[in-house]
This record gives sequence, C-alpha cells and structure tokens, in this order.
Amino acid sequence: MTTETMLSVSGLSKSFKSVKAVRDVSFAIPRGKTFGLVGESGSGKSTTARLVLRLVEPSAGKIAFRGRDLSTLSSSELRRERRHMQMIFQDPFGSLNPRMSVRDTLVEPQFVHGIGTAAEQLKTAERLLAEVSLPRAALDRYPHEFSGGQRQRIAIARALSTNPDLIVADEPVSALDVSVQAQVLNLMRDLQDRHGTTMLFISHDLRVVQFMCDEIGVMYLGEIVEQGPRDRIYNAPSHPYTKALLASVPGKGSGQRARLSGEIPSAHAVPSGCAFRTRCPHAFERCSSEKPAMREIGNGQRAACHLLDKAMAA
Amino acid sequence: MSVTQATSPDRLTGGDEEVFVTTNKSVWQRLMANPTAVVSIAALVVLSLSAILAPLLAPGNPLKVTPADRFIPPGLEHFFGTDNLGRDMFKMVLHGGRTSLLVGLIVTVISMGIAVVLGAISGFYRQVDVVLMRLVDGLMAFPGIVLATAAAGIMGPSMTTVITSLSIVLIAPSLRIVRGQVLVVRELQMIEAARSVGVPTLRLFTRYILPAVSSPILVQASFIFSAAVLGEAGLSFIGVGIGPKELSWGNALTEARNYISQAPWIVLFPGLALMLTILALNLLGDSLRDVLDPRLARRR
Repeated sequence: MTTETMLSVSGLSKSFKSVKAVRDVSFAIPRGKTFGLVGESGSGKSTTARLVLRLVEPSAGKIAFRGRDLSTLSSSELRRERRHMQMIFQDPFGSLNPRMSVRDTLVEPQFVHGIGTAAEQLKTAERLLAEVSLPRAALDRYPHEFSGGQRQRIAIARALSTNPDLIVADEPVSALDVSVQAQVLNLMRDLQDRHGTTMLFISHDLRVVQFMCDEIGVMYLGEIVEQGPRDRIYNAPSHPYTKALLASVPGKGSGQRARLSGEIPSAHAVPSGCAFRTRCPHAFERCSSEKPAMREIGNGQRAACHLLDKAMAA
Repeated sequence: MSVTQATSPDRLTGGDEEVFVTTNKSVWQRLMANPTAVVSIAALVVLSLSAILAPLLAPGNPLKVTPADRFIPPGLEHFFGTDNLGRDMFKMVLHGGRTSLLVGLIVTVISMGIAVVLGAISGFYRQVDVVLMRLVDGLMAFPGIVLATAAAGIMGPSMTTVITSLSIVLIAPSLRIVRGQVLVVRELQMIEAARSVGVPTLRLFTRYILPAVSSPILVQASFIFSAAVLGEAGLSFIGVGIGPKELSWGNALTEARNYISQAPWIVLFPGLALMLTILALNLLGDSLRDVLDPRLARRR
C-alpha cells in the first residue's frame, strides 16, 4: 500500500537568536491524508506550520512539496508555488482583511495567481460560499458582519479557492465556541473528502486532532517525541508525555494515569538529554546525560524515550 | 482500555447561527453626528467656495490701487473696508484665500504623498528604514523657517519656493507617523494570511497596508493642511514667501501691520480668515481622530 507523498519535511529547525523554537522535525504526509501536530503552547507547533509554508524562514532542514524543495525556491518561485499550499489561521477575526468584501476575499487568491477570467473567479467564489454553507448574500458583506464561525468558514473558502494540494490549518477552531468548533470541523472533513486535499493540522486539543487526523505527531519543546497512526497514539501511547497528555483529556478514564504537572520549560534553556525529563515521572540518570533517539515501535509508531530501551531489554 | 474512544465519531454535533451582524454606521455618518466636525466642515466649505468663486463674488483686480479711497472703514460699499493704498479688503481676502488654500492643498498632497510612499517602504524594509530615519532626524532637527529662508534666497521668493520648502519641512513628521503605523499593521495576522495566499508585495501595500493606515493618514493630512496654510502666511509675512506681486493672507497682513492702530480692519479680516481656516482644519482633524479611533469605532 504505497501512496504518493505530498509533503515531506526533514530536519526542520528554527532558532530565533538563542531560542530554539523547532528542533530537527521530520514527518511526511501522503496525498489526501491529514497529519496532526499536538502539544502544549510553546511546543513549536505553530512555528512548524509557518516553516512548512516558508512564512518563517527555516534555519535548517528540507521541505519537499510536490517533488520540489521549497527551501531552495526564490521568493518569486515561492510566491507562485503558494497557489498549491494555503493556510487557515487560528484567529478568524485577524486573518481576514476588514476592508475587503467576502467577494474580494475569495477572488483575491485566484486573481493574484491568474486563475481563470474575472467571471470564472466570481463563479468559483460563489461555489465556495455554497460549499461552506454561507448564503450568496454574504458575497457583498464585510468580515465584521459575520460571527467567528462564519468568518472561519470564509477563511476555509479562501484557502480552497486556488484548489490547493496542501492546506495547513493552525489551530483553526480553538478561537471558536465549542458548538461552532464541531460545525467547522465537520465542514473541514467533508471538504477534504470532496477535494482530496492533504492537510497539516495543528491543535493543542487532542479530541480535535483525534477527529481530524490520520497520523499524529506529538511535539514537546520544538521536537516530535512520538509519532504514529491515530489509533496507535490514542490506544497505545508509548512516550510518557503522550500518556500524560491523554490523561489530561477530560472524559472517561481520566485520572487513571499521571497528569502533567508544572509548565513547559523555556526554549531559551532546553534541558540536557531528554527535553521532557524535568517533568517526566519516570526520569532516571540516563535521561539527563543522553538524548533519546527516535525508535520504531511497530505499526508505523515511533517514539524517543529511553524507557523503550529498558522495555525492549527486559 | 483506552482513555478516549479509539475510533472517532463520524459527525460532531453543534451549530452556528446564520444571522449577519448588522452593519455599523459609516465613517461619514458618524462624522455627521459630531457637531464640531459639522461646523468645521461647513466653515471649510464656505472658505473654499469663497476662494474658488472669488472672481464672481468680488470681481476686478484685487491689487488695484485707488489712493482716493484710502482707509475707508467696513461698510456697505466696501464690506471689509480699504487699506492704505485704497484696495478693497473684501477682494483681497477672497482672492488671497485662493493662493493660501491652494498652497495648503498642494503642500498637503505632495508632502503626504511622499510621506506615505517613503513611510511604507521604511516600515517594510529595515535597511532602508535605518537610512531614512536618520535623514528624517536631520530634517526635524533643522528649523523649517531657516530652510525656507535659505530656499527663498537661492530660488527667489515665489509660490514654487514656498511649496517646495514647506513640502520638504512637512514630510518628516508625516513620514514618522506613516512608518509607525505600517510597523504596527505589518505584524497583523491579515498580512501573514495575505502572504500565505501569495499576494505580491506591491499589492500587499496597496490593498492591505494602505487601507489599514488610511485613518491616521487622513487625520495627519488635516493637520498638515493647516500647518501649510499657516507656514505660507508666516513665510509671506517675513518676506520670504510668495513675493509682493501675488496676493495671499500672509502678504495682506505684512503691509497691514503698519496701520494696525489707524485701520484695524486691514489686519482683522485677513487674520480672521486665516484663523478660521486653521481652527476649522484642526478641529476637523480632532473629530476625525475621534471618529476613526479604533478603540471608539469598535465594530464587533
């Protein structure tokens, strides 16, 4: 069962002066699949999303998208390539231009990439509006006239307007009310099914990621500490951080496992060895002296923890 | 036993209301609800119209000397009286307003235009910013009046000289304001969103950044207008302005000051016109700022 890889990221790193925001992140997303990045705030998820789209310049690493290495493209090549990769932002109040009507907002991406005639662009805008279940009358309205959920649907329509291969969604529902979240998530899944879009989905909410994603990467302090198919991550987490995150999900069974205490350390001063050792209930000497390597667990699941060595040795 | 359900549900439940939030009043509507703004706009309309229509309202050469009619007080024949050379002050004020307001308008357009372009570039490109801001520092440290006097000395007193020197002097503060606004706006998520869509840089300026900074630019323009009108009057008054052959409020005041005790109306009317213009422009700027202030104009 081999599928074409749409996006493949390897060794992606970003430092802002002394702050190591993202460290050596690697993952690949097959065409039409959704890869989720989860982690607490400050874990580098959003920076990773921006690095993938080169909205932030990576310090190191390769981003292979549609067979080309994005990190080597010139700014004009990159701008043209943006047609095939779009982003949905967290804040539906901030990501839309308040001075542009919905019509202009939806036509804009097609216009700047020279897709179709003006009439075709408008037709696409109308079709997209219908796809995100907004009435045609919304075309001539401005962002401030919509609720948060409606705005986010406009942002989704905008992201789809160039018919992109990849959509990066950075916490697309965390600014919305819970009831609206559900609606937007349903919509995103329907649209993804219909358009066959590949998606990189960022969220701190494990339930949202579980609903949306095929494969999941758990991030801690700028690194992916565990990654694998959704059901493996949820049913058989192997990294102590993943376990702790799952234990913090409200609902049945919570409290059975140790919850996470304390706060994520500053990215200014990443702990030696394993970055998680300062909060890990199972930390031992080796964790502070040696950085655990990513190791295969099976069924496509991988994690970086010395405990796995112990388990295997035993 | 898993903590959460291993298989996720097909649909999540929940919904969003389909009602549009009602539109707020437009800037113009809110401006019209502000009494200060209404009065100052009315004053400016009257002043502009009287300048534009001066040849109709007060026909004839305003500089025509009639020695026999010297120092006639305001009355029915001469609404604003006559000066030491027997010139009709009503004509002088109306025709002088043409020059004064025209200079103000041109200076505002030129200096704001340059300030917007350079300010946008400065706010966007750090390397340019470093150089440009030092130039602005230099310009601001240099007294405008000295620059204008020097310009008049080199180019000779004329309208071009006045417009050039005032434009240069007034670029600096506006450039600062535009740059500061651009620095704020460029960090907005909407700009990152536009970049992620693939909007080219020039379009980013014209369609995203400039509209977002238009409010402070408008407010600043009204203050620049009043500074330009006042600047022209000041330069003309000290003799380095538009020259004695042309007429402006400043010029009219220059000669009038010698006869202030004898015929106060010669000073009064050009001075009043000038004051009214400046006051109206400044009040308009203030109310514009009130109306456009994002904290007051929240539209959620």
